[in-house]
Amino acid sequence: MDVLNLTISSARDALKAKKISSKELTKLYFERINKIDSKLNSYVLKCEKEALIEAENADKKIAKGEGSALTGIPCALKDNFNTKGIRTTCCSKILENFTPMYDATSVSKLKNENVVILGKTNMDEFACGGSTEYSCFGPTKNPWDFTRVAGGTSGGSAASVASDLCLFALGTDTGGSIRNPAAFCGCVGLKVTYGRVSRSGVTAMSSSWDTIGSFAKTVEDAAIVLQAIAGRDKRDSTTPDVKVPDYLKNIDKGIKGLKIGIPKEYFGEGVDTGVRDAVMNAVKEYEKAGAKISEVSLSLTKYAVAVYYISMPAELSANLARFDSIRFGRKPTNEGKDLMDYYLNSRGEGFGDEIKRRIMIGAYVLSAGYYDAYYLKAQRVRTLIIKEFENVFKNVDVLIAPVTPFPAFKIGEKCDNPLAMYTADILTIPVNAAGLPALALPCGFSKSNLPIGMQIIGPQFSEELLFQAGHFYQKITDFHKKKPEL
Amino acid sequence: MPLCYNYFVLSEEQVKHIAKLARLGLNEKEIKKFSSQLTDILEYMEILNELDTKNVEPTSQVTGLKNVTREDEAKEWIKSEEMLTATPLAIQNNQIKVKSVIK
Repeated sequence: MDVLNLTISSARDALKAKKISSKELTKLYFERINKIDSKLNSYVLKCEKEALIEAENADKKIAKGEGSALTGIPCALKDNFNTKGIRTTCCSKILENFTPMYDATSVSKLKNENVVILGKTNMDEFACGGSTEYSCFGPTKNPWDFTRVAGGTSGGSAASVASDLCLFALGTDTGGSIRNPAAFCGCVGLKVTYGRVSRSGVTAMSSSWDTIGSFAKTVEDAAIVLQAIAGRDKRDSTTPDVKVPDYLKNIDKGIKGLKIGIPKEYFGEGVDTGVRDAVMNAVKEYEKAGAKISEVSLSLTKYAVAVYYISMPAELSANLARFDSIRFGRKPTNEGKDLMDYYLNSRGEGFGDEIKRRIMIGAYVLSAGYYDAYYLKAQRVRTLIIKEFENVFKNVDVLIAPVTPFPAFKIGEKCDNPLAMYTADILTIPVNAAGLPALALPCGFSKSNLPIGMQIIGPQFSEELLFQAGHFYQKITDFHKKKPEL
Repeated sequence: MPLCYNYFVLSEEQVKHIAKLARLGLNEKEIKKFSSQLTDILEYMEILNELDTKNVEPTSQVTGLKNVTREDEAKEWIKSEEMLTATPLAIQNNQIKVKSVIK
């Protein structure tokens, strides 16, 4: 069996029909990972022993005629998801040997369905970055061009799905960290409504911006994964009690009469012509099939980066205060003479530059004398951004826009220029400001054969609609089926 | 009213102060580098000044949820002996031994 053309759906059919066992499937994936991943560096930890046990358990279930859509399906998890008994580092030196004692809620939900966890994937340290270059394990390469980044911060998860090194992967999206690598690597990336999936057990980056989501080969597969992990969790009090619909039931509904807004600020100066053209070609397909297209304006788009880079570091600085190498974490090489020294050294040695930058921005904007001017101001502008989206959604059902202004950039190109790295997120951040869901999917390739992604954005809790729109597009195009040469 | 001064610079002294608040040990080279990088970043934030937010409520979170509570009942979860295996420091009487706090 060739893993290259499998999806969750087709793998599940094969498992049910006993064409292959989960154990055999798992072994095939590890064969491929061991052969290819040294070129990509998408996995930071391979869990072969545990995975084979999970696969055996899945096979027992399948033999009894039990199991669900994800039973026996091999997947990968970004390394900020707590996995009980399995090292979880957030790709930071300070957690280099940390082993959680419990599973994240989303992980235990997957384990209840007997998935097979192949390993943990690479990310920017503590989910701070935009390219997976700020990892203590080195960068993840783009499967389409090894001299380029895989995107970030969930670069490892995206690269592994795009390279057929797993059937789906989980990631987190706080300012674009699922959609950006999905676009750069050419796979589907789902950012959910804030609160749709429990964040319990996933290392917090910025608590009012963080979301848990997935990477998959197809929109249908992304819907299957969301079905398993969505829902209220008493361990995460920011998960509203909103019913989880059957995401697959109406996925074939089609898009006739769908009102699609094209936000003009997402197609302006700074966005590559190639990216603009690819996304507009996709829009034309929707129009041909009966959708109603209209231009809309989101005039506050250009302020979103500033809002994010004030609000997010403030929350981050609070969330990372726990990393002091006392209850857990890496001891500093020089313990110092007192507790202050111990803190300064453990955090000074354990955190990378980007983390330090962000913690300091956070401490600054929250400090006396600056709180009103920066933090409170950013929170007020965030309200304006939310209201602007609400207004736009009075007249359209969804928005379609590019995910990034350009395809994958070269490794090393932006990592010495933090501001350049930040402004690359201009098209993804506004969605996080408003807590909206957005589905990223491949819609073309650049002249140098690099994937281009578009995002379908909807109002809160409209994932079902996004799946319908995305699934329709994947029935009439095959950008998502193209494979990198590995 | 400007967010901050017209010619904004985050001085090395300010970086040292913030780093100490955040318990980050930085060397001289890092302090110089961050002073310049953080200046650029914070200067960029001035763009928010273009917007009038006089009567706008700040947003803390986007769910609209309020007062989400649960019963205060103790439950068995992870034993303290297991939790203590995570510390890199010495353990004494089921407690983590840290460096001196009081001089």
